[in-house]
Amino acid sequence: MRSEKEEDRQEAPLTRIQVNGKEAVVPGPISVRGLLEHLDLQPELVVVERNREILSRDRYDRVDVEEGDRFELVHFVGGG
Amino acid sequence: MAAAEEQSDVGAPLRIADREFSSRLIVGTGKYPDNETMVEAIRASGAEMVTVAVRRVDLDRSKEEGVLHHLHPDEFFLLANTAGCYTADEAIRYARLARAAGFNEWIKLEVIGDEHTLLPDVHATLEAARVLVEEDFKVLAYTNDDLVTALRLEDVGCASVMPLASPIGSGLGLVNPYYIREIKRRLEVPVIVDAGVGTASDACATMEQGVDGVLMNTAIAAAKDPVQMAGAMRLAVRAGRAAYLAGRMPVREFAVPSSPERGMLD
Repeated sequence: MRSEKEEDRQEAPLTRIQVNGKEAVVPGPISVRGLLEHLDLQPELVVVERNREILSRDRYDRVDVEEGDRFELVHFVGGG
Repeated sequence: MAAAEEQSDVGAPLRIADREFSSRLIVGTGKYPDNETMVEAIRASGAEMVTVAVRRVDLDRSKEEGVLHHLHPDEFFLLANTAGCYTADEAIRYARLARAAGFNEWIKLEVIGDEHTLLPDVHATLEAARVLVEEDFKVLAYTNDDLVTALRLEDVGCASVMPLASPIGSGLGLVNPYYIREIKRRLEVPVIVDAGVGTASDACATMEQGVDGVLMNTAIAAAKDPVQMAGAMRLAVRAGRAAYLAGRMPVREFAVPSSPERGMLD
């Protein structure tokens, strides 16, 4: 999951996490809002579950992404 | 017929929990050939409440984006579902995620018990309903056409009970009108028939049983012309409701002439 851009700046600390079942590496330290921005997601259209706990939107700035965190990022799709 | 007398107007709103809906038709947003057709069909259906599913965001962006890029929550009341869940715990998790999206606390509870028929696991549904009602969700519970389960779902505090007409996506229509009528007769909460409708006559026949509304997805989305079918469903649901309120003639297994028998020529 590591992009070329991230390889360029190897000095930067990296945080290894899992997002939607896949391994991911993000430049750390980073808040949950930072993670959503990093993934180019609109916070108002996504619900975040971190280590099986739902994070309310008002906590996105205050909660930091930590090594080994498991995130589920969900949204509404078409369904019956 | 007390209920019919109270609300003898075909235009009377559908009331569920603390809300009123102008349409008795609730539609899904899945399986449309494209998003433009989905939006056009939903508008043609006249539905105010639409169902949506909760799924992982596709981080590769290889698939279509979320449904809210196409449907505006100001225009439609969003009813999130727990479709695809096979246990009570899973359904509860999906319901909580749906509520955290921030639109409302309503959930279409669906716990599937069998992969082949997609028939509901009524025990798990009851278990999840109990927990979600406790957490102040407005629970609209998808269930079998079984009276006892419907009564139990009402007992635990569901805002609506939603028995199937026939299996999800089957288009088999209303297979057990007697059980649906009996559920409607015995429950106080609104009864919405969810799943199985295939075409307009099914929707009409379902509404003729006296139920409060119909929920469908595939019947519209999988029609050759979904927009046209959505319009047909809108008319069918209204026609069925009007026919129910009008009170049908008794069925007789013999003919009764409509024209006078007297006054015939020699």
